[in-house]
Amino acid sequence: MAETSVENSITPDHKGNVVSRFVWTYVFATDHKVIGLQFLFSSLIWFFVGGFLALAVRWQLAWPWSDMPIFGHMLFAESGGQMSPGFYNMLFTMHATIMIFFVIIPILAGAFGNYLIPLMVGAEDMAFPRLNMLSYWFMWPAFACIILSFFMPEYGASAGWTSYPPLSVFQGDAQSLWLLAMVFVGVSSMMGSINYLTTIIQMRAPGMTMFRMPMTVWGMFITAIMQAFALPVLTAALLMQLSDRLLMTGFFLPENIAVNNGVATSGGGQVLLWQHLFWFYSHPAVYIMILPAMGMVSDIISCFSRKPLFGYRPMVYSITAIAGLGFIVWGHHMFISGMNHTLAMSFMVSTMLIALPSGIKVFNWIGTLWGGKLQLTTPMLFCVGFVAMFVIGGLSGIVMSAPPVDIVIHDTYYIVAHLHYVLFASSVLGVLGAIYFWFPKMFGRMMNERLGKIHFFLTFVFLNGTFFPMHFLSRMPRRVADPYIYEGLKDLLPLNQFMTICAIGMGLTQLIFVANFFGSMFFGAKAGRNPWNANTLEWTTVSPPPHGNFDVQPVVRRGPYEYSHPETDSDFFPQTKTS
Amino acid sequence: MNRFWSVLFLLVPVLGIASILMAMYGVAPLESAWLPKSLSQAGDTIDQLFNGIHLLAAFILAGTVFTIGWALWRFSDRGDSDAKALYITHNTKLEITWTVIPALILVFLAFFQMKSWAENKMERPTVTVNGVSSFKPPMVMVKAKRFGWEFYYAGDDGVVETEDDIFVENLLVLPAGEEIVLQMESRDVIHSFYVPELRLKQDIVPGMTQFVWFNAREEKEVEIMCTELCGWGHYMMKADLNFVSRAQFDAWIAEQKSAYSPEFKKAVEPTASLRGSSSLYSAERLIAAQADLGFEK
Ligand code: HEM
Ligand SMILES: [Cu+2]
Ligand SMILES: [Cu+2]
Repeated sequence: MAETSVENSITPDHKGNVVSRFVWTYVFATDHKVIGLQFLFSSLIWFFVGGFLALAVRWQLAWPWSDMPIFGHMLFAESGGQMSPGFYNMLFTMHATIMIFFVIIPILAGAFGNYLIPLMVGAEDMAFPRLNMLSYWFMWPAFACIILSFFMPEYGASAGWTSYPPLSVFQGDAQSLWLLAMVFVGVSSMMGSINYLTTIIQMRAPGMTMFRMPMTVWGMFITAIMQAFALPVLTAALLMQLSDRLLMTGFFLPENIAVNNGVATSGGGQVLLWQHLFWFYSHPAVYIMILPAMGMVSDIISCFSRKPLFGYRPMVYSITAIAGLGFIVWGHHMFISGMNHTLAMSFMVSTMLIALPSGIKVFNWIGTLWGGKLQLTTPMLFCVGFVAMFVIGGLSGIVMSAPPVDIVIHDTYYIVAHLHYVLFASSVLGVLGAIYFWFPKMFGRMMNERLGKIHFFLTFVFLNGTFFPMHFLSRMPRRVADPYIYEGLKDLLPLNQFMTICAIGMGLTQLIFVANFFGSMFFGAKAGRNPWNANTLEWTTVSPPPHGNFDVQPVVRRGPYEYSHPETDSDFFPQTKTS
Repeated sequence: MNRFWSVLFLLVPVLGIASILMAMYGVAPLESAWLPKSLSQAGDTIDQLFNGIHLLAAFILAGTVFTIGWALWRFSDRGDSDAKALYITHNTKLEITWTVIPALILVFLAFFQMKSWAENKMERPTVTVNGVSSFKPPMVMVKAKRFGWEFYYAGDDGVVETEDDIFVENLLVLPAGEEIVLQMESRDVIHSFYVPELRLKQDIVPGMTQFVWFNAREEKEVEIMCTELCGWGHYMMKADLNFVSRAQFDAWIAEQKSAYSPEFKKAVEPTASLRGSSSLYSAERLIAAQADLGFEK
């Protein structure tokens, strides 16, 4: 096995000096595990950048126009450390952009997808290792564009992560860099998804039928399909907007509008066209940001319940249904946009329907817990937290999918509450759980349980303190630098201050995670091959797995969830074990 | 420790539902947090939906997250028994039940709310003259621009966008107790017209014309908020909306007309050819024109 993978890679034998060895193993890495870790580390770094931006947003909402700590004096010395309203718009724009495109998508698909897919299906590497390398490389021009844009006027793009024209077309040059960055990220994801699809379809170990794949792989598989279909649309739309900005093509601009005394547009374009194209990608994208996490959570919950995943096939069917329906619900972001009001009704019906498979998944997770022998380890706590929080996010989704109700709550903090319950309280908790779970495989050492539990407890408490009250701000518009300019919103100041304090607490809590992560990497207890007594293939090889992954070709004999099988003595039954 | 985690999860629905009920029924400290009192019949219907769906959601939250907390309490491994977990892979009857019942609830919800949506967005008020019914003409043309609101009242001819329109900036005065139609257009980027008290929100998209309608039952002063990001000054794009009695309204309109000399009009109103540029409509220009013409307002 090891030989074939060397053949596959362009890595020369590891001699040479230290520098060239470093370059060959880390820059020109074609091993899916190294690429996975590259995605993991860059996403975690961006996670902290995005978190800082969020805290700055919260700062302004709690103590508007006051002296911002540290950055205030660096950037706004003339105004006494007080941020400008344009800067505020940059903060939430770049916070969302970074969190979505540089953190959650790359960490789920890029890091865990890369690391786990070949290991879990029993392959020695991805189908196209060099394409895989390129897909990580393409993140870097995106990083470069975004870093550069922070040095352009207003310190970055500021038209919202949704980048609605005409506003985005009339923004400064940072917006062009933003668009380019998004194109690069899209190309990167597209290369990744082709690789995942091919690997899952072509490279499964003997005996690994589709319905013996762990939910993690199913989640990645369906996500890759969604990316492959939705990303071309986004890429086209981004390039159209870029050419509107640079070549005055006017795809998205109606006749005769001008901003800041500029030349009036000549027209022929449609403003709403962008929104349709954008949400045609971005609604599937919100599922791209949760299906892999749902898969990983399913595996972890089943493992620590020591019990088969309840209703494996319905779980697979429901993510497939979510993916299918996910392509016909994008209009729920546009109920108030002025789109045909009858069409809104059809989008409402499909959105209501998509809540159904989401609900089924929750019931199945609860069914898995019920009657189990639960081991409340750190990864398990994060995953149970995921389920509980996803209930809240899903329910607020149903509230918003009722168009008459959405009239009130669209573009208010209620939306912000919803999206943070699904993206932070669900996806990010799932990702953290997955890090605690697979860390022993990745680095060969265990993470500290006590610190992990403290991390979970504080994150859980602070995240609810930060995001739950947002449900009650359904009259406070989002993306407003100073809501207290409205008489009717002045009374919301104390609540906002409470949320900001919780958010700062949540930010500080993550330092515990950083300490645990790096501490355990060097000083953690040694993990064997299978510290959690789990069934799936990645646990049959050494930790961390070598180039080529498996010392013996795995042959799969059963599904991944045979925990506490009555015919065995032990409470787990690895997929490869001869009975 | 297992009990501790189970209590943590049990607290989620307890606190969540308690705070939802507090906000819904106006209990301190959340008494004023949720929506302000509705000013219109259509708003009341939306409130009923809003509260009804939230109660349903609270119920489901209780059911699911309580079960999670309870499962942690009951099934945590306390290391005191050798018994294995139950080997259950699925239960078709149970799964069909928890698919069909939510499906029925969702389909019911889907159809139940359609009427309210139609009322708010699709059934534009009509007037019948000599047996012929047509759309009720808008009373005011709203022009949104970076970063303010222009209101053009239909003059004596009852039609907006004619010579005799009356122009007011960042203040909308309307009679209470009447069905009012507004026409809305944007001069530059997308804006959105939001009045929480009326449960009314509509994006205003350049290149498109929108109509909204409502009937406020009380005389009250409220605010119009812009809820679509429109640039650096988005946060300050507000206007006042005053609902007054019909008599007060007529008096106010008369006052506007008398103050509205042709010179003033020429100074502040755009000519057709310049319609595009928002900078021509700035508050500064209005104030400058007023000063030029010796207006005290
Ligand atoms: C039960 C399933 C769900 C339903 C019914 C649902 C429904 C909705 C609706 C109707 C909106 C638009 C609200 C508005 O702007 O007025 C929305 C916004 C949003 N949803 Fe969901 N949602 C669901 C699940 C999810 C999931 C799983 C994610 C991500 C992991 C997600 C992420 C988002 C985001 C990011 C937005 C805000 C986008 C923006 O305007 O910036 N949703 N959702
Ligand atoms: Cu959506
Ligand atoms: Cu605005």
